[in-house]
Amino acid sequence: MATVLDSKVPSGPLGEKWEKHKFESKLVNPANRRKFSVIVVGTGLAGASAAATLGDMGYKVKAFCFQDSPRRAHSIAAQGGINAAKNYRNDGDSIYRLFYDTIKGGDYRAREANVHRLAQVSVNIIDQCVAQGVPFAREYGGLLDNRSFGGAQVSRTFYARGQTGQQLLLGAYSALARQIHLKNVEMHTRSEMLDLVVVNGKARGIITRDLTTGKVERHAADAVLLCTGGYGNVFFLSTNAQGCNVTATWRAHRKGAFMANPCYTQIHPTCIPVHGEDQSKLTLMSESLRNDGRVWVPKKAGDKRRPEDIPEEERDYFLERKYPAFGNLVPRDIASRNAKEVCDEGRGVGEGQAVYMDFSHAIKRVGENVIRDRYGNLFDMYAKITAENPYKTPMQIYPAVHYTMGGLWVDYNLQSTIPGLFVLGEANFSDHGANRLGASALMQGLADGYFVIPYTLGNYLGGTKLDPVDANAPEFAAAENDVNERVNKLLSVKGNKTPLQFHKELGKIMWNECGMARNKAGLEKALKAIPALRDEFWNTVKVSGEAGEFNQQLERAGRVADFLEFGELFAKDALIREESCGGHFREEHQTEEGEAKRDDENFAHVAAYEWTGKNGEQTRHVEQLVFENVKLTQRSYK
Amino acid sequence: MGSVIANGHSKMLNLTLQVWRQKNANTKGRMEEYKLKGVSTDMSFLEMLDMLNEQLIKEGKDPVAFDHDCREGICGMCGAVVNGYAHGPDEATTLCQTHMRSFSDGETITIEPWRAKAFPVIKDLAVDRTSFERIIESGGYVSIGTGGAPDGNAIPIPKESADKAMDAAQCIGCGACVAACPNASAMLFVSAKVSHLANLPQGQVERRDRVSNMVRAMDELGFGNCTNHGECEAVCPKEIKMENIALLNREYFKALV
Repeated sequence: MATVLDSKVPSGPLGEKWEKHKFESKLVNPANRRKFSVIVVGTGLAGASAAATLGDMGYKVKAFCFQDSPRRAHSIAAQGGINAAKNYRNDGDSIYRLFYDTIKGGDYRAREANVHRLAQVSVNIIDQCVAQGVPFAREYGGLLDNRSFGGAQVSRTFYARGQTGQQLLLGAYSALARQIHLKNVEMHTRSEMLDLVVVNGKARGIITRDLTTGKVERHAADAVLLCTGGYGNVFFLSTNAQGCNVTATWRAHRKGAFMANPCYTQIHPTCIPVHGEDQSKLTLMSESLRNDGRVWVPKKAGDKRRPEDIPEEERDYFLERKYPAFGNLVPRDIASRNAKEVCDEGRGVGEGQAVYMDFSHAIKRVGENVIRDRYGNLFDMYAKITAENPYKTPMQIYPAVHYTMGGLWVDYNLQSTIPGLFVLGEANFSDHGANRLGASALMQGLADGYFVIPYTLGNYLGGTKLDPVDANAPEFAAAENDVNERVNKLLSVKGNKTPLQFHKELGKIMWNECGMARNKAGLEKALKAIPALRDEFWNTVKVSGEAGEFNQQLERAGRVADFLEFGELFAKDALIREESCGGHFREEHQTEEGEAKRDDENFAHVAAYEWTGKNGEQTRHVEQLVFENVKLTQRSYK
Repeated sequence: MGSVIANGHSKMLNLTLQVWRQKNANTKGRMEEYKLKGVSTDMSFLEMLDMLNEQLIKEGKDPVAFDHDCREGICGMCGAVVNGYAHGPDEATTLCQTHMRSFSDGETITIEPWRAKAFPVIKDLAVDRTSFERIIESGGYVSIGTGGAPDGNAIPIPKESADKAMDAAQCIGCGACVAACPNASAMLFVSAKVSHLANLPQGQVERRDRVSNMVRAMDELGFGNCTNHGECEAVCPKEIKMENIALLNREYFKALV
C-alpha cells in the first residue's frame, strides 16, 4: 500500500525554519553524550566531517571506510570548488539567491526547506574550513578569491586550484585524525559494510567485512550514519572511483530504507571522451574550465579539418548561440544534452563523440601564464591522458556519468524511513532535485556533516527511548549469517565470466537505455535485460580466491551483484516518471526547442521505493513537493 | 567506440611482465613472469593490470592484488615500483595516470610493491600504509572543533603564503617518497604537512608541538632519516619539493630550543 511520506519540515517562514527547528530539537547534555555510540560509514566530506564533529562533541564514534585511509574517499577528486552565499564579490549574491539558483537548477524537484538550510549554512562552511587551514585561493590583498560556476550569474565559488575537493577532504580528515588520536573516534579502514542490522524497528548496527583478513564482524550502536556516496558506477564507466558502489545504501534499502528518485543521474558535460573497450573510468575536466573555455563544433557535419584550420565563421559556439544569457555556463544537464545533440547531427569531432572546448581566445586575452595559474593541473592531466597539448589545440570533451541526485529517502532531519538510520551527502536524495549545480556537492557533504547532523542526531538520541543493544542479539547473528552465505554463494558458482565482464555489460545496458536520453521502448528493454543479466551472473560468475583473505575479485563481485538489483529499480523509476526534468530526459516529453518538459501536475513529487521482499518487488511511495516560495516555471537560461 | 581522441597514435604492444607475488605478510614473495599481448598504448598502466588479471582468472590463476581507487591521480591509493621507479617512468605522474605509450613493444616490465619496514606487504603489490595515518594523527592538524570559526576573510593571508601552503598541501600520501628513499624515510611526507600549516597563520599556535610530535611518531614507526639523496622529490607525483625538508629541519630545531 503506497503511503504519502512526511518530510517533517518545520512550519513557519522559510528563513526561520532551521532556527526554530534547532531550538525545538532535543539536546543531549555533554556529560551524557559519551553514553551514546554512533556508527559512521564512509569518510568522504559528509562522513569525515560528521565523525569528527560528533567525536568532538563527546559521542562514542566508530567510523568505517573501504579504502586504506579515510583521506582517500572520492570527495578527494572534486576539482572546481564549493559554493557559499558570502557575497564577498558584492555582485548580488545572498542566501536566498543561492537557494533560488539551487531549486531552479534542480528543475524544481528538490525540497525547499532543505535547500534553504543548505544555503544558510554554506557561509559557516567556508569559515570552518579556513580555520582548519584549508589553503583556499587568495587575491593579492589576502582575501579569498571566487570564480563562477554553471547555473549562476554571480561569483560564489571558493576554490583551491583544481583540487578543492582534495583540500576540503584533507581538512575534514585532519579533524577526524585529531579525534582518532584523542580516542573519541575508533577508525576502521579497509572495512566494508555488507549489511545493516535493525532491532525492534530501529537501526542498531552493521555487519562489515575486514578486507585484509576477510573476517566478518558485528558492530552495535545507538544510531547509524550512511555517508557512502553515489551509485554512478552502475554505468560501469563514470567519473567515480573504482570502489564507489551502492552496496551500503542498497543493503539498507533491503532492510526497509526507502530509495528515492533512483533515476536522477547527472551526466557531466566536460569529460575526456571514451577511448576503447579496456577503459576503466572516465576523467572529468572541471566545470570551472567553462569560465574560459568556449565550446564549439564545426557548422558542417562531417568536417574533418583540424580545429585550427576551421575559420571562426564556420564554427558553431552552440551554447553561446542558444543561451546568450548564460552562454558556456548553462547548467550541466543542458550543456550535456546539447553536446549529445550536435554529435547526433554528425557534427561531433574526433571519433564523433566529442566537442571542442577551446581556450585560444582566453589565452589571447589574458596570456598563457594566467590560464596555467587557473587550470594548470587540469591541463596537465588532460595532456597525460590524451597526449595532446590543450594550450595549443582545443580540448575534446564529451558528457559522462558523474553524480547521482537520487539516493536513500530522508526527512528534514536526514533520517531515513528506518528510525536511527541517517543518510548524509550524495548517498541521500535531498538537496539537488533532478540536477545538481556545480560546486554544490562539496557544500552539501560538509553542510550535512558539520552543521546539520550534530543537531538532528541529538534530537533523535535525546528524544527516543533506546533499549540497550549488543552485538550478541539474534538480529546480529542473522545478519552475519546472511553475509556469510552470500559471500560463499558468490565463491561457489565457479562459472566462466568475471565480475568485471558483468559490470561492463550492465554498464552498456544502463548507458544505452538509461543514459542522457531515455524513452519507453529503451527502458522496457532494460527492464528485461537487467534481470536476465542478473540471472546469468548468479549462474556463471567466476570469483577467484577465498573468503578469508584479501580478495579484490570478491569485493567487486559483491558490488556488481547489488548494482544488478539496483539497476532494475533505476530503469523502473525512469519509466514511471513520464516527464523530463533536469538530468532525467524522456524523449517523449520535450518542448518544441528540445528542452526538458516537466509535468508539474502529475510529477511534482519525490518517488520513494520500498523493498517488499517478494521477488524484489518495490512499492512506489510519494512525497508531494510543496513550493511556498518559488514559482514553478519552465527553466530558462536564454 | 574507436581509438583515441583523434591523435591516431594508438599502437599495440606485446609485453613480458615480471610481477612480485606474495600471498600475505607472513609468506615469502617472489617474482613471476607473465606474457601479455595486444596492450594498447592508450591504456593506463592499471588498465593493463586489469587486462592481466582477466587473463589470469581465465587461466584459473590467482589475479595480482594491487591498490587503486580514483584512477585520476589524486586519491593516493595506487602505486608500485615499475622498472625500479616508484610510480613508473613518467615524471610527476601517479601509476594510474601513467599510460602504456611510455613503454615499447617487446619490453620486459618489472612491477614490485613499495618496500619499507613501515609498509608491510598485505598481498602482492598492496601494502599497509597505516603508519602514515599514525603520523597525521600525532599532529597534522589545527586543533579546533566545529563551529565558532571567525569569518573566512577575517584573517587576510598573503597570496604568496597561501600558494606556498597549497604547494605543500597537495601531497596525496601515496608513499612513493618512502619507497624511493634508500633509508625509507618519511621526511618528505612529514615536511609537506608541517610546511602547509607553518605557512599559514592558522598553523602558528601549535607550530612547535606539531613538528616535535610528528617527527617523534615518524621515528617510532620505523621510518629512516633523510640523508639528502633527493630520490623522494624525483618520484613525487605531486612535485613536493625537498625545500620542505629543509623547512622541517629548521622547524624541528626551533622547537627543540
